[in-house]
Amino acid sequence: MSRSRTRRAPSAGFPAVLWVPAAFALALIVLPVLGLLTRVDPARLPALLTSSAAVDALDLSVRTSLVATVLSLVFGGPLAVVLARARLRGVRVLRAVVLLPLVLPPVVGGLALLYLLGRTGPLGGLLDDAGLRLPYTTAAVVLAQTFVAMPFLVVGLEGALRSADARYEQVAATLGAGPWLTFRRVTVPMLLPALGSSVVLTFARALGEFGATITFAGSLQGTTRTLPLAVYTTAQSDVDAAVAMSLLLVALALLVIGLAGTKAVEGRA
Amino acid sequence: MVKPRVVAAFAGFVLLLAGCSTGGTGQAQGERTVTVLAAASLTESFDELAGRFEAENPGVKVQLDYAGSSTLVEQLAQGRRADVFASADTKNMDKATGAGVTGAEPQVFATNKLTIAVPKGNPDHIASLADLNAPGRLVVQCAPQVPCGSAARTVEQAAGLRINAASEENDVKSVLRKVTAGEADAGLVYVTDAKAAADQVQGVDFPEAQRAINDYPIVSLKDAPEPELGAKFLDYVRGPVGAEVLTAHGFGTE
Repeated sequence: MSRSRTRRAPSAGFPAVLWVPAAFALALIVLPVLGLLTRVDPARLPALLTSSAAVDALDLSVRTSLVATVLSLVFGGPLAVVLARARLRGVRVLRAVVLLPLVLPPVVGGLALLYLLGRTGPLGGLLDDAGLRLPYTTAAVVLAQTFVAMPFLVVGLEGALRSADARYEQVAATLGAGPWLTFRRVTVPMLLPALGSSVVLTFARALGEFGATITFAGSLQGTTRTLPLAVYTTAQSDVDAAVAMSLLLVALALLVIGLAGTKAVEGRA
Repeated sequence: MVKPRVVAAFAGFVLLLAGCSTGGTGQAQGERTVTVLAAASLTESFDELAGRFEAENPGVKVQLDYAGSSTLVEQLAQGRRADVFASADTKNMDKATGAGVTGAEPQVFATNKLTIAVPKGNPDHIASLADLNAPGRLVVQCAPQVPCGSAARTVEQAAGLRINAASEENDVKSVLRKVTAGEADAGLVYVTDAKAAADQVQGVDFPEAQRAINDYPIVSLKDAPEPELGAKFLDYVRGPVGAEVLTAHGFGTE
């Protein structure tokens, strides 16, 4: 804080009073997590963390969240490019629609998926006739996670694309590059810095998904009961075990953010 | 150097929150409120009982909050204040007693038992627990961590089988919803739940249900804001009107 001691170039600075609300913001995030820690019984923790319920849930959560992140990238990435670069009239409306899962309560998302893809739903009925059933399957978990998490990827990439200069692409085109070459050699490299933060956010959101999953996919150990669902179910009878599982979630989230590097999260890797 | 200010402001922030949490009752002058925490399965019957209690006691309002029994016990243990607590099982009532929040000896006022909820008309002709394991049948039940799920485990043991459930839900109303929405062929719910949704489902009773009769205890709470009113409501639930209403909703009363 004392400027004389640092050798860095003087920053623009900010009013010192901002420390006060900033400390609240930090306290609101950090203190509840510390509160979780006070509920932990160290003697029971190893047994709780290695219970079949916890291990199954962790395994399922990691697998489904990874698949959901890949799906978000494969489908949401191109959607971001389309939204940022297409010159169609309705694109602005589409952009708003993409934000819906961010605004909707996840339970509503789950109900929406159920009414579309449940066996009484218009699409689910057809699938059911074909012998394919989504609810109560691991695929339903992935679908629910992708539904709620993909907008993070789309919004992150689209924002990066729109703030990036489209003239680079135009120049590439005037130099004779086709759309595909321009996309691969110009657009994608421009997206890379934003990709890290978007992917981390998407994975984290998929990992924490609860409402849409329990509504659409149900809850069964090893099949659809991800860590957040397991925490909730376990809390009904054994709060200590539920807290232990919550710590798993916190540790996993920290690990992801750590692996990705804070730079990636800040969007300038 | 900012520390004292941060601490002071944080204290103010906490006070602000505390103010929000106590200021929200909005009580009219002269009106007294009795607060009742009840298990979710009591929703229909306690709503009716509260209405009749209010009609008989002008100026009294019954404030009801329904949730899973274990959730309510946890809230009470963390300092939530209320006058009466009605649990869906003795296990959670024991937890409340253990946490030292009860003000008297809990009394059982109703019983409940499981039934198989199937869509109206019973299209799959389900007649027993064993029928639930027929190939291709989509069955949901409660997770063993919640009362309806542990009752389900008991009847399964009595019948000597394990139901191959597609999902184990966290509360009995979620099980019922899967059946009413057509997303499950059958679900293990309480008799009272099937009765509450009688326009969409019907209950198939089975003999093993007798092996897992659920007791519903009720108790007045320590530190009750309105102890006399709470006791009055509790007596009302255990009295003739309570028995009439509870029976009408499918509960057993002695």
